[in-house]
Amino acid sequence: MAIYSLKEAKQPPKSQTKAILWLKDNLFSSTLNVLLTFVAIYILYLLLPPILNWTIFDANFDLTADNQSCGREGACWSFVNANLKMFIYGFYPQEELWRVNTMFGLIAALIVLGSIIKNSQYKAHYIIGSFLIYPVVAFFLLYGGLGLEVVETDKWGGLTLTVVVAAVGIVASFPLGILFALGRQSEMRVVKFISVVYIEFIRGVPLITILFMASVVLPLFFSAGMDIDKLLRALIGITLFQTAYIAEVIRGGLQAIPRGQYEAADAAGLSFLQKTMLVILPQALKISIPNIVGSFISLFKDTTLLLIIGLFDMLAIVGAATSNSNWLGRDTEGYVFVAMVIWVILYSMSRYSKRLEVRFSTEHK
Amino acid sequence: MFIKLKSLLYDNEVRAIAFQVLAVIVIAYFAYQAFDNMMLNIEQRGIRSGFGFLNDEAGFAVNDNFFLEYSPASTNLQAFYVGIVNTLVVAIAGIFFASIIGLIIGVARLSSNYLIRKMATIYIEVFRNIPILLQILFWYSIALNAFPSPKNSISFFDSIFLNSRGLYLPKPLMESEFYLVIASLVVGIISYIFIKKQSNKKHDETGVVTNTTAYFLGLVLLLPFAVYLVAGAQLEYPVLKGFNFRGGLDLSIEFFALTFALSIYTATYIAEAIRSGIESVDNGQKEAASAMGLTQAQSLRLVVLPQALRVAIPPIINQYLNLTKNSSLAAAVGYTELVTIFSGTVLNVVGQAIEIITLTMLVYLTISLVISLILNIFNKKMQIKGK
Repeated sequence: MAIYSLKEAKQPPKSQTKAILWLKDNLFSSTLNVLLTFVAIYILYLLLPPILNWTIFDANFDLTADNQSCGREGACWSFVNANLKMFIYGFYPQEELWRVNTMFGLIAALIVLGSIIKNSQYKAHYIIGSFLIYPVVAFFLLYGGLGLEVVETDKWGGLTLTVVVAAVGIVASFPLGILFALGRQSEMRVVKFISVVYIEFIRGVPLITILFMASVVLPLFFSAGMDIDKLLRALIGITLFQTAYIAEVIRGGLQAIPRGQYEAADAAGLSFLQKTMLVILPQALKISIPNIVGSFISLFKDTTLLLIIGLFDMLAIVGAATSNSNWLGRDTEGYVFVAMVIWVILYSMSRYSKRLEVRFSTEHK
Repeated sequence: MFIKLKSLLYDNEVRAIAFQVLAVIVIAYFAYQAFDNMMLNIEQRGIRSGFGFLNDEAGFAVNDNFFLEYSPASTNLQAFYVGIVNTLVVAIAGIFFASIIGLIIGVARLSSNYLIRKMATIYIEVFRNIPILLQILFWYSIALNAFPSPKNSISFFDSIFLNSRGLYLPKPLMESEFYLVIASLVVGIISYIFIKKQSNKKHDETGVVTNTTAYFLGLVLLLPFAVYLVAGAQLEYPVLKGFNFRGGLDLSIEFFALTFALSIYTATYIAEAIRSGIESVDNGQKEAASAMGLTQAQSLRLVVLPQALRVAIPPIINQYLNLTKNSSLAAAVGYTELVTIFSGTVLNVVGQAIEIITLTMLVYLTISLVISLILNIFNKKMQIKGK
């Protein structure tokens, strides 16, 4: 009786080992593929050395070096170090910086707390509550009042200003956007007309013209004594702009709701307000969340335009820092640094929105 | 009577009308207040109103000017036209390059080659997530620092020069017989389209395929070139005089940086649109095409691409519109397009903010409307028939 013993598994032949097989499949599977691989390597050969040399190998990482001792072959990272405070806080007074830090700290605390709360009912209350209360707290922290020294808005700048503008834009444009989205879907002709004209007008012109409008024309609309703060004007412009885009995103969500939902709500005898708040909006908003996040990403990008109307967002700080005679000609370092910071923020936001998309799309299938 | 009133109160139509009347009254009230304040403010500040300023002398020079007559002695209206033309030129150049880069990157993202695919992904993720204004400023500062001075220009065939001031190209001299060359080009294109239509018709009727490449080369390329040689049309070449080049067609470094940044940025969106378009085509379509005996190239050209483009073109056209609107960021680097010239320089001189910004917005609105009109026509044409 033959006894079969298990033979020891042989190693795959050399040509079939994982790494070589992978290379064969992914880089050298056909003539065209081989050619493409060489093209790719050539492009990398052209691009990578200068970039790496400038940012790392020829760069000066001595954080105390000044402009002269830094050298011109590579990046001078002490420029970023020396101006770091300006990049983050703008021209906010030194001794009051704790207020900005508290504001940032509070956001972080709110987000952490929010992720702990699991009960969806409490979570909704918590989110709405923080959206209502936090802006007030943040305003008093940043601007002052209530015993804190007043810091005028022309001292605000850098990442702080970027975050403030983006946050105000988000919070203010969201309810307005919902109103215009509903208005555009409305059967009331006048309301619909006004909404359509507003949305299409705003979407048809560049943000920069709206910012010009807000900073130059808007003051003319108010009586002469009223002096509106420059930052406030910019915020109005940004909100007007963002509202139209949010409205379109939410309209997309509204259109995706099946007719039957509207009819069922009507049949159940709900009033318009009940129907909208309890049946339509919850579903529509849920569908549009990924796109809303997407729209906020573009808002965040658009905050850089503030530099054109003379506000000092993070990008404008580069110009301000390099116009200082100590740091002449270090624009590239500044742009690269700001680009990296904004990139990290935007990239994580877009990852988050992709994750939301996946999460919500599975629930609908 | 009371019951009737009550039923009126709960009548949806009556409510709707009342609400709309109220909305109109509120808006009209605010508009009136704003208008009233505006008139008062204008009077107090002594600002002129109306469009009379358009006929005043502009008094400033413009860096880039492509087709129009313009000098500092021209009127503000002419400066306005120059601004519009420059906006359109940078938009068209940007759209052209963004489409090419976007197409390459979009296809590269679906490549079976690992390196190519990853590089395309990295390209998209990097440039998409950096604000366009930052990119414009970055490339501008790079171009200013990295390109050589006019004396050490990079030259191609001694007729094209690139330096830190801009790009200099030979310019056709319109006074010479150049219009004949343009006319022959137009004739060539029209007759080629005609021949192509004929060949398509023949293909539909008989299935015989005629190759029209030779006609294309002959009519669109050779014919104008022959006319150029025969008719004695001339090009004006840029020549180094003193500190910079004179003559020829010069594109400022601002134009260069702006077009570059806009193309690089918008290409990421176009690439994504093309990728999702191609991915939206069902695999069965490709399999059916190869089962019918179509070659790879035929399957791509006749089956996959037409369906992919139906999905991809609407977002791409939207990106074209975005690019056009983003070209207004030229104000940050000083390329003399509509916003820089009009909402910048003219506004500073004249101070009539309302008229100037309204006019600027109207131009962009018109461009947007035209583009969305094109989009609508396209969507109508491309709708899947039978649905």
